[in-house]
Amino acid sequence: MSDKKPISSVNDFVVRFANVNGSGSASANEMFARAILRHGVPVSPRNIFPSNIQGLPTWYEVRVTEDGHLGARGGVDMMVAMNPQTWDKDVAGIEPGGYLFYDSTKPMPSTKFRDDITVIGVPLTAITNSTYTDPRQRQLFKNIIYLGALSALLDMDPKLIEQLIGEQYKGKEKLLSSNVHALHLGRDWALQNLKCPTGLRVKKSDKVGDRIFIEGNSAAALGAVYGGATVCAWYPITPSSSVAEAFTAHCKKYRHDPETGKAKYAIVQGEDELASIGIVIGASWNGARAFTATSGPGISLMTEFIGLSYFAEIPAVIMNIQRAGPSTGMPTRTQQCDIIACAYASHGDTKHVLLFPEDPAEAFEFAAAAFDLAERLQTTIFLMLDLDIGMNHRLCRPLKWDDAKQYDRGKVMTSEMLEEGRDFGRYLDVDGDGIPYRTYPGTHPTKGSYFTRGTSRDRYARYSEEGSVYADNMQRLMRKFETAQDLVPRPLQANAERPTKYGVIYFGSTTPAMDEAIGLLEARGHQLDRLRIRAFPFHSSVASFLAEHDFVYVVEQNRDSQLRQLIVNENGIDPVRLVPIVHYDGSPITARFIAKAIGDHQDHLKVTPLRKAVS
Amino acid sequence: MTYIAKPKFHHPGLKKNELGYTHRDYEGKISTLCAGCGHDSITASIIEACYELSIEPHRVAKISGIGCSSKTPDYFLGNSHGFNSVHGRMPSVLTGANLANRDLIYLGVSGDGDSASIGFGQFAHSIRRGVNMTYIVENNGVYGLTKGQFSATADRGSKSKKGVTNTDNAIDLVAIALQLGATFVARSFSGDKTQLVPLIAAAIRHKGASFIDVISPCIAFNNHAGSTKSFDYVREHNDAVNRLDVLVGRDPIAVDYAPGTVQMVEQHDGSRIALRKIDADYDPHDRLGAQTFLQKHAAKGQIVTGLLYVDPDAEDLHEHLNTVETPLNTLEADTLCPGSAMLDKFNASLR
Repeated sequence: MSDKKPISSVNDFVVRFANVNGSGSASANEMFARAILRHGVPVSPRNIFPSNIQGLPTWYEVRVTEDGHLGARGGVDMMVAMNPQTWDKDVAGIEPGGYLFYDSTKPMPSTKFRDDITVIGVPLTAITNSTYTDPRQRQLFKNIIYLGALSALLDMDPKLIEQLIGEQYKGKEKLLSSNVHALHLGRDWALQNLKCPTGLRVKKSDKVGDRIFIEGNSAAALGAVYGGATVCAWYPITPSSSVAEAFTAHCKKYRHDPETGKAKYAIVQGEDELASIGIVIGASWNGARAFTATSGPGISLMTEFIGLSYFAEIPAVIMNIQRAGPSTGMPTRTQQCDIIACAYASHGDTKHVLLFPEDPAEAFEFAAAAFDLAERLQTTIFLMLDLDIGMNHRLCRPLKWDDAKQYDRGKVMTSEMLEEGRDFGRYLDVDGDGIPYRTYPGTHPTKGSYFTRGTSRDRYARYSEEGSVYADNMQRLMRKFETAQDLVPRPLQANAERPTKYGVIYFGSTTPAMDEAIGLLEARGHQLDRLRIRAFPFHSSVASFLAEHDFVYVVEQNRDSQLRQLIVNENGIDPVRLVPIVHYDGSPITARFIAKAIGDHQDHLKVTPLRKAVS
Repeated sequence: MTYIAKPKFHHPGLKKNELGYTHRDYEGKISTLCAGCGHDSITASIIEACYELSIEPHRVAKISGIGCSSKTPDYFLGNSHGFNSVHGRMPSVLTGANLANRDLIYLGVSGDGDSASIGFGQFAHSIRRGVNMTYIVENNGVYGLTKGQFSATADRGSKSKKGVTNTDNAIDLVAIALQLGATFVARSFSGDKTQLVPLIAAAIRHKGASFIDVISPCIAFNNHAGSTKSFDYVREHNDAVNRLDVLVGRDPIAVDYAPGTVQMVEQHDGSRIALRKIDADYDPHDRLGAQTFLQKHAAKGQIVTGLLYVDPDAEDLHEHLNTVETPLNTLEADTLCPGSAMLDKFNASLR
């Protein structure tokens, strides 16, 4: 029936599952992704879900990629269409020559299909209903049955899936065997009734290595455990809630005193984001390492406290798992849209440190580092994740920790130092780096106390409305921000094979798509030097990179090219030389998109000038 | 702004407490509030209570929000760390500070605007959580620093200095604190130091959320006829249920009450409160009774003062969270970081 040759590809294709939210499909779909990993083949899965608990459409997309391209690809080679609500759109989204997998229990009119795809019907409901009587079982096992059918269609080793089921239901024999049974129900039906395998096949490889498969939010939360966070205050908001939930789980595992069973941490679910950041500020003021996790709307609410943190110089760590704004925006869609809001959060002249991890491994590292930075710089540090990194499992290098590492608690004047007669001025720049000493409350009976306030004060923390005193303090804060430049993670540069006048700047979750796009662009003959920015304030190498190139593309996932604005603003350069490449529909940016946008611009630049053409 | 430096010398014969500190060691900077402000009397009572309890001044953390009341922590306990934070947000800052170091004494100072309006939510939730603190609201029913607007505790029907009648219902923070589960609830009057000092002392010794609403007339904007927070009005309508003394260690503050009217309450930390009952039927251990009593008297236009409720066996947030005895802010990498071997295992579980 197909009038287009079916796609044939080994270890390089995209399978998308269309499900109904709350149908229990998530764990079966995730098992599908993990099973492919066990074949030694990298995958990059993404949840595309609604702001809803039950009933609305949800998708799970698995990119199978032997070459290790972990960004979203775009397009679907096989659609597992389990949701009648989205059928038409799902069928329309399949690449020509692709495959449609569906539940053929009820006959469908031929108009519901396409001629240029391979249609694979499995009577899932019929198989399920003839085997199970309990409605919940029917629903859950239907998912495992399609997993079994897919394993045959994609030539997967069923032993590897059984192994995963065994790990998941370890100690729950009944569940284990019934899941394995369901898997084979589907697999056997497919082997007996369908042409297996299809053109899409999974073949064992060795491209996964020692990499781990983890969500960014969980990795960031573990970074907070390793980084010594003892106080966490938070308010539920998608897509950040799983940071606090993971922190709770990690702490239960790693942070209870083995003898007394007591907790070496305190987690408070605040009544709102104002209370959450207030608790963080109070705890940090008092010498504990504290953090909150939130998303855009929470950042908006926290800004008054962020200004206090900047001006009164109190450490704080805020993990911002960005989602599409403004306002409530698209709460379950990804964007990098809070760059400006965080960099300049709060009224008055403020600037804040931002960290941009590319994946869960860096989220772990930067989360731990954020607490050192916060205490060293005595200010707010933002860890800028987004939904794409935070809520999806990502293949990344194993997490690493150096046991020799001690925490950098920053400049804290102790009782002994005060006894020695050291001059303590809370806002006194003794080292020329803009960073003053602080004391913890309760340090010394007669020395070192001070009054913390958001109002202006002198170097010794005495209230003052003198213009010169105020300006002196504001200048010191600028000096401190300059100091931050050399403390935050530096940008990473990778040059094209041949010298080029063109560069590209990118950051965070854009990284895997950008890496892949470079290959696509090179194939089109475009050479680009790359700079991955990992923090704000920008290191001096950003300015050098701009100076070395005629045009620099700034690739980001927001409408207003916010990182570009920040670069222009902070470096005082001609904006014309910075070309915005923006993707902001809430889906993760793809290599195809980047390559096309940059490629088109490059082609345009290379058009022979008219004068030259006619002469 | 303080223009005058406070002289440090004092009379050599000044009385000393158990730790050898005089009153002067508990003072702070010179107040910048209006002369005669009720808040300054509360400041004096806090100083007195801390002196009497022989608290080491630097072991107190003073935390406030924004407003006239929130400026006062600068005027007492000059050797303590103070934090004049964000309007209405003292409770969350205090909660965080308390989580970081459970060994300090936390004194939260707030006002009626700070706690009943902008910070009503934070007031409520810090009480709900049972944060171990003494939460004092210096309640004058008016926004002083912005010159005389009504606050949410201003009684319906009361008149502002400009003659405007308040048509909104008043929030009674004491009633709310009782409802939310505060384990020490009291009301007093800034002009009644005899009642206020022991109340503050008892609240500090109480483990759990202590709340004291102190009616504190604003002499600049709310001390006129028609106001229900003026000195004259409060004196006329004050109905004290009890007077108390706090007995700590060997040197009781005062015990000159007839035994028949005194009820002793032992607190968790071993200190005792001697309650001299004025209203013979009043039971300070009955939360429900306290709420009813309060409502009945409010309906009659009476302001009930004294210790309205105390649960001597209260638990605090740290007990709810089961945190270690060692202050969290002293823990270092050796106890907080699970280390690389653990991380290797964690990695292995994700393959």
